[in-house]
Amino acid sequence: MIWRKKSPEPPAEAPAPVVVPPAALTIDALGRKCPIPIIMLAERVGEVPVGAVISVLADDPAAFTDIPAWCRLKSHQHVESYELPQGGWAIHVRRQY
Amino acid sequence: MAYLDAASTEPLHPAAREALLAALDVGWADPARLYGSARRARLLLDQARAEIAEVLGARPDELSFTTSGTQAVHLGVLGALQGRRRAGRHLVVSAVEHSSVLHAAGVHEGAGGSVQTVGVALSGRVDLPAFAGAVAAEGVAAAALQTANHEVGTLQPVAEAAEACRAAGVPLVVDAAQSAGRLPIPPGWSVLAASAHKWGGPAGVGVLAVRKGTRWRSPYPEDERELRRVPGYENVPAVVAAAAALRARAAESAAENARLSALVDRIRAEVPRRVPDVEVIGDPVDRLPHLVTFSCLYVDGEALLTELDKAGFAVSSGSSCTASTLRPSHVLEAMGVLTHGNVRVSLPRGIPEDDVDRFLTVLPDIVRRVRQRLGVQ
Repeated sequence: MIWRKKSPEPPAEAPAPVVVPPAALTIDALGRKCPIPIIMLAERVGEVPVGAVISVLADDPAAFTDIPAWCRLKSHQHVESYELPQGGWAIHVRRQY
Repeated sequence: MAYLDAASTEPLHPAAREALLAALDVGWADPARLYGSARRARLLLDQARAEIAEVLGARPDELSFTTSGTQAVHLGVLGALQGRRRAGRHLVVSAVEHSSVLHAAGVHEGAGGSVQTVGVALSGRVDLPAFAGAVAAEGVAAAALQTANHEVGTLQPVAEAAEACRAAGVPLVVDAAQSAGRLPIPPGWSVLAASAHKWGGPAGVGVLAVRKGTRWRSPYPEDERELRRVPGYENVPAVVAAAAALRARAAESAAENARLSALVDRIRAEVPRRVPDVEVIGDPVDRLPHLVTFSCLYVDGEALLTELDKAGFAVSSGSSCTASTLRPSHVLEAMGVLTHGNVRVSLPRGIPEDDVDRFLTVLPDIVRRVRQRLGVQ
């Protein structure tokens, strides 16, 4: 048994369906291991206007921690991470500059 | 090979090697028996116990030897919970404890107990007000906090947490594996666990100390060995060697800590200067003298470790691709820091300064090559 912080695990009780708000750009990194999802994000962050939101779809548990950490290091904004019904997350990032 | 992984295991101290060889000859008999060779083994065992107790700030009769630091932690946590069964079934731990603490907590949960995990700051330091609040709640049987984090080196506010525990009447289990023999043990523990091979002793010796007046009950079947706290035949020669290493380390620590800490400061300053997109992790000041961790953006940890190994450097990593579980380190996750491209450098006693300089020289090119392979400019 491995003991982890709770957030990356799916919630025990069935949650109300999460409505993921629209994003200016969606990057599909499902099935890709870190650091690939972050490399894809870094490559494409310039494609949206400043203030717009990029949605990174990822299911590598490292991405759940690493994309918000990347935002902190690069002074972009981590908006929210939404659980996907099929597993993984839609991790929303706002371009700040 | 430059060995930069002292946090995994410290090479055997020369004083320990010498003591081990001598004790293999004279300390092999059963210390529980009454003939001459047995009494000699008993004497050696009790002398080692007194010496280790003195360095760790315990009484000799509070201290038992286990077969590992992990066993000491398991016995410490589960024994404290068992001893306080009537007071409650709730355990409070920090989110960045060693896996041995969290796995013991998992056993407690599996047996119907409850566990509360207290979060940490970006530095890895536990949220002290939250920890104090958690131990003050109804039904708390025990709490656990490490002296220093094994992955990022950040020191924990153990004395303050112990004060909160004392006020709440809750025993605090302190995992001192990473700091024992390097730094003084902070006051206030009820149960203390440590591991000899982390301070330059041999493998197979852990230390469990239970403060007088602490309710503690072994979760194991009864056994008369080690003041009835640890089952099984004592490894007297290894314990003697562990004591010799600890004594030597304690005598050296002031000078060697300052030297290692200055080398860590150099790594902390030079890595981000020489390698772009790096995050140095952990508290820059309130930290272990010999340990530093950093994460490189756009790099996979496994490739980095492999390249560093090829270049002759032994380091470890908390990145998911280097773990058997394929999960990132729970410590890095709890801190909210970058988990990929992670490197932990921990300096053994006596490491030549030149090893650190060569590491700083080869690192930038290795990171650049790994990034290039992943298509990052």
